[in-house]
Amino acid sequence: MSTDYLILGARLLGEEPADLVLRDGVIASLGADTAHPRDGVELVTVDADGLLALPGLVDLHTHLREPGREDTETVLTGSRAAAAGGFTAVHAMANTTPVADTAGVVEQVHRLGIDAGYVDVRPVGAVSVGLEGTRLAELGAMASSAAGVRVFSDDGHCVDDPVLMRRALEYVKSFDGVIAQHAQEPRLTVGAQMHEGVVSAELGLAGWPAVAEESIIARDILLAEHVGSRLHVCHLSTAGSVDIVRWAKARGIDVTAEVTPHHLLLTDEQARSYDPRYKVNPPLRTAEDVEAVRAGLADGTIDVVATDHAPHAAEDKDCEWPAGAFGMTGLETALPVVQATMVETGRLTWADVARVLSTTPARIGRVSGQGRPVAVGEPANLTLVDPAARRRVEPAAQVTRSRNTPFAGTELPGRVVATFLRGRATVYDGAPVAHEEVNA
Amino acid sequence: MAGMPTREVLTASDISRSLTRIAHEILERNHGSERVTVLGIPTRGVPLARRIGERLAHTEGGAEIPVGSLDVTMYRDDLRGQPTRTLQRTDLPEPGIDDRIVVLVDDVLYSGRTIRAALDALGDLGRPAAVQLAVLVDRGHRELPIRADFVGKNLPTAATERVDVHLTEIDDVPDAVTISGGEAH
Amino acid sequence: MRHLLSTAELTRDEAVRILDTAEAMAATQGRSIKKLPTLRGRTVVNLFFEDSTRTRISFEAAAKRLSADVLNFSAKGSSVSKGESLKDTALTLQAMGIDAVVIRHHDSGAPHRLAHSGWIDVPVLNAGDGTHQHPTQALLDAFTLRRHLSADGETPAPEDTALDGASVVIVGDVLHSRVARSNVSLLHTLGARVTVVAPPTLLPVGIEPWPCEVRYDLDEALAEAVPDAVMMLRVQRERMTSAGGFFPSPHEYHRRYGLDGERLARLPERCVVMHPGPMNRGLEISAEAADSPRSTIVEQVGNGVAVRMAALYLLLAGEEGIA
Ligand SMILES: [Zn+2]
Repeated sequence: MSTDYLILGARLLGEEPADLVLRDGVIASLGADTAHPRDGVELVTVDADGLLALPGLVDLHTHLREPGREDTETVLTGSRAAAAGGFTAVHAMANTTPVADTAGVVEQVHRLGIDAGYVDVRPVGAVSVGLEGTRLAELGAMASSAAGVRVFSDDGHCVDDPVLMRRALEYVKSFDGVIAQHAQEPRLTVGAQMHEGVVSAELGLAGWPAVAEESIIARDILLAEHVGSRLHVCHLSTAGSVDIVRWAKARGIDVTAEVTPHHLLLTDEQARSYDPRYKVNPPLRTAEDVEAVRAGLADGTIDVVATDHAPHAAEDKDCEWPAGAFGMTGLETALPVVQATMVETGRLTWADVARVLSTTPARIGRVSGQGRPVAVGEPANLTLVDPAARRRVEPAAQVTRSRNTPFAGTELPGRVVATFLRGRATVYDGAPVAHEEVNA
Repeated sequence: MAGMPTREVLTASDISRSLTRIAHEILERNHGSERVTVLGIPTRGVPLARRIGERLAHTEGGAEIPVGSLDVTMYRDDLRGQPTRTLQRTDLPEPGIDDRIVVLVDDVLYSGRTIRAALDALGDLGRPAAVQLAVLVDRGHRELPIRADFVGKNLPTAATERVDVHLTEIDDVPDAVTISGGEAH
Repeated sequence: MRHLLSTAELTRDEAVRILDTAEAMAATQGRSIKKLPTLRGRTVVNLFFEDSTRTRISFEAAAKRLSADVLNFSAKGSSVSKGESLKDTALTLQAMGIDAVVIRHHDSGAPHRLAHSGWIDVPVLNAGDGTHQHPTQALLDAFTLRRHLSADGETPAPEDTALDGASVVIVGDVLHSRVARSNVSLLHTLGARVTVVAPPTLLPVGIEPWPCEVRYDLDEALAEAVPDAVMMLRVQRERMTSAGGFFPSPHEYHRRYGLDGERLARLPERCVVMHPGPMNRGLEISAEAADSPRSTIVEQVGNGVAVRMAALYLLLAGEEGIA
C-alpha cells in the first residue's frame, strides 16, 4: 500500500510555513491543506511546526567502500547514513576494490544503490585505469552504462600528469562529464601527515604544504581554460586555493569547487592530540584557511559543500598518527556543521544552504530529478530539519558502519527529522526507515 | 583543622635542655667525642644534628665534631601511595663513616621505618664502628625492633594524634613541639 | 608529573626539580655500591621500536640502579615486526602488570598516544619519538651545561639554579631533529638564549614561533651569540644528498655548517661543545672538535644515567603528583 504525506506548517527554505502534499512521488500541492484521503492510500500527516523543508541534499563526494571494504561501509549502510543526514543522492567515489574504472563496476554500485533504496547512488568513475594515473579508463563506456556516469575522479590520488589531465578534461566533453580533481602535488607531499606550518613544525609530523594543493588547482584551471572544459575541484582547503578559484571565475573559466564540513570547522590544532581521528587528506588547515573557505562559500567562490565521507575500520584510527588512515565520516554531520559555521554566523541563508548542498551539486553531477525547487510537480525529494535541536555527536549512535567522526563529543545544531525520496520516507521521526519498507 | 585542640608539650627552653642533655649522654656513652660523627636525617634532623654538634664541640673545648646529613628517601619502603618526595642532600663530612661512631639524629621516632631506611643507606655508604640514634621525641607505636639510644622526651601518643616539631632554622617560628588532634579521624 | 613526553610540557620548577634530583642521583653513582633500593619490586619496560642500543642501555642502567626490574622489548624479532599494533602491545604489557613504559618509536607522537589513549594506565617516558621529542636527552644536556656554567662539569651544580643568561647555539638538521625540538623549548624554559643555525632546507616551515633566533650563517651566529655551548646535531648522510636532497654534498655541508678546528678556535674560552651522539666525524663535527677538551660528549653519556634515574624516580616512586 502506498502512502501520501501531508506535511503541515514546514518552513520552506526557512521562510514562511506552508503545507505540502507528497503524492505519487511528486509534490502534489503546496500552500493550504488540500489533501484528501484517497481510496487504498494511507494518508500520513506530519506535524512540521518549527521544521524547515529543504530539497533533498546531494553529496558530490562520498566513499561507500563497496565493493572491497564492506567491513567499514556498504552501499546499503552508507546510503542509509546519507538519508539520516538529509541526503537523497550521493556520488560514490571510485577508489573501491576493484576500482570503479569499468562499466561493470559502476553498474554494480548503481544496482546496489537501487536495491538499498535510501538515496540515488551515482557512481563516480575513475579517470585512470586502477587510479594509477597513467592511462585513461573507459570513460565513455561508464558514461553510457546504466549508471550514466558524469563525474570522473581518481580521488585519493591526484591526476598529476598534465597530459593525462588535459586528455581527461577534453574527452569527457563529449558526454558533458566533469573531472573532479583531488589536488595534491605528489612530490611535494611524500610521507605528508598534516598541514605544513607552525603546528607540524612543533609536532614533528611531515608537512602537507598548501602549495601542493594550490599549484595543481592553478594548473588544472589553466588547462580547463585552454581546452574549454569543465573542471571540479574536490575538497578545496586553503586560502590560496580560494583566491585562485575566485580569479578563475572572474576570468570566466568553467570551474566549480567544493569544501568539506570538516574544513569549515576544524583546524590543524587538532593534530596536537596525535589522534588519527583528525587525520584527513587534504589535511585540516589553519584558522585563517577556515575563515577563507567560509568566506569563499559565502561569496559563491566555492560552489558546494561535499562530505568526503570516508569510513574507516577502528584499528585504522585507534593507533599512532602516522599509522592511521586518512579520512573522516561526514554524512550525518554535514548539515549540522554547515548550520553552525555558516547559518548561525549569518553568512548563508537556508536558501543558500539548499543551493550549496542540493541544487548546485546536482547540477555539477548532472543528476536529474535532484536539487530541484520545492514546487508543485517537482519530485518529492525533501528533508525536514529541526534547526532548534542541539545534539552531542555520539559515534556509536550514528547510522554509518564506522565510528571515525571527528566531531565525537561536540555539540552541533540541527536534526534531520524526516527525509523523503520521491515521496517515500527514508527517514521518519529522526530514524531511518527499515530497509524492507524503503525498498518495498 | 579548625577546632582541633593543639597543645605545646615542649617549649623552646625544654628543647634546648634536652639537646644539651643528649650531647652529654653521647659523650658519656662514647668516652668523649673522638670517633663521633653526627648525621641528621632531613628535614628537621639536620638542624638538630647541627645543634648537638655545637654542644659537643663546646663541651669538648672547641673540638671539631663532624656533622652532616643523610637523606634516606631512596631507601624508604613507603614511597608508593604517597606524593613523590623531593630528594634531600646527603652530606658525609670528612673523614667519612668507616670505623666512626655515627650518631643519627631525627626529630620524631615513630614507626621506626625511617631509621630502618637510614641503616640501609649507611650500609651502602660504608662500615661504621657503631651506629647510635638520638631523637628529640619518641612517640611510640614502633613497627620494627628499633629503639633510640638518646631521647629528648618520651611522649606517649594516640596514633590519631599528630606531633609537630617546629624549629627556627626551618619553620621560622620559635622552637616548640606540639600535639594536635586525637579525637576522631 | 604523570608522564614525561615533551620538554614543552615542563614548567621551569619541574625542570629544575628534575635536574636537582639528577644531581642527587649522580652523587650516588660515585660510590662503590651504586644500586639503590628505591624502585624495588617495580617493573619498567623498555619498549624500543627503533634501534638505539645507547639509549636503551642508559635507561636500563638507570632503572637497574634503582632496583627496578627491567623488561626489554624491542620491535625486531618480536610480534611487532609481525604487524602487531602499538595498541595490542600496550594491552599485553598492561596485562603483565608493568609499572612504567620507556618508549622509543619511529613515529612522532607515539608516546603521546600510548599515554593518552586509555590503552595503558602507567607512566610513559618518551625515549625519542620520530622527529618530535627526546626529553631526557635535552635534560641531560641541560644538566651537563648547568654544571659547566657553575664550575668545571665535574662538581655538582648548586641546587635550584637554572640556565639564566646562558647562550646556546644549536647547529644542524633541525628539521628532522627531536633533540633540537626538545632542547629549544627546555633551554628557553630554563632561561637560556637559544640560536639555531642550519641551511634553510633543514629548518621546518613554521619555525617562527619557536623561542629562539634562527640563522643561516654559522660564523656570523657564533660571533654574535658568544655561546656558552655549541650543540652539534647529527646529520644523516644518506637522506641528505639523494634526489631532492637537502644540501648539495657532505663536503659543502661540512664547510658551511661543520664544527672544524678553525671555528673551534674562535669560540669563547668557556664555551663547551656538545653532541647527542652518535657523531658523523668529518660531517657535522671534525675529529679535532669532537676530541678537544671542550667536548662534553663523554660527560653527556654519563650524565644521561643520572638524569634517567631522576626521571624514573619522579615518575615512579610515589603516586602521581609532586609533593
Ligand atoms: Zn580526495
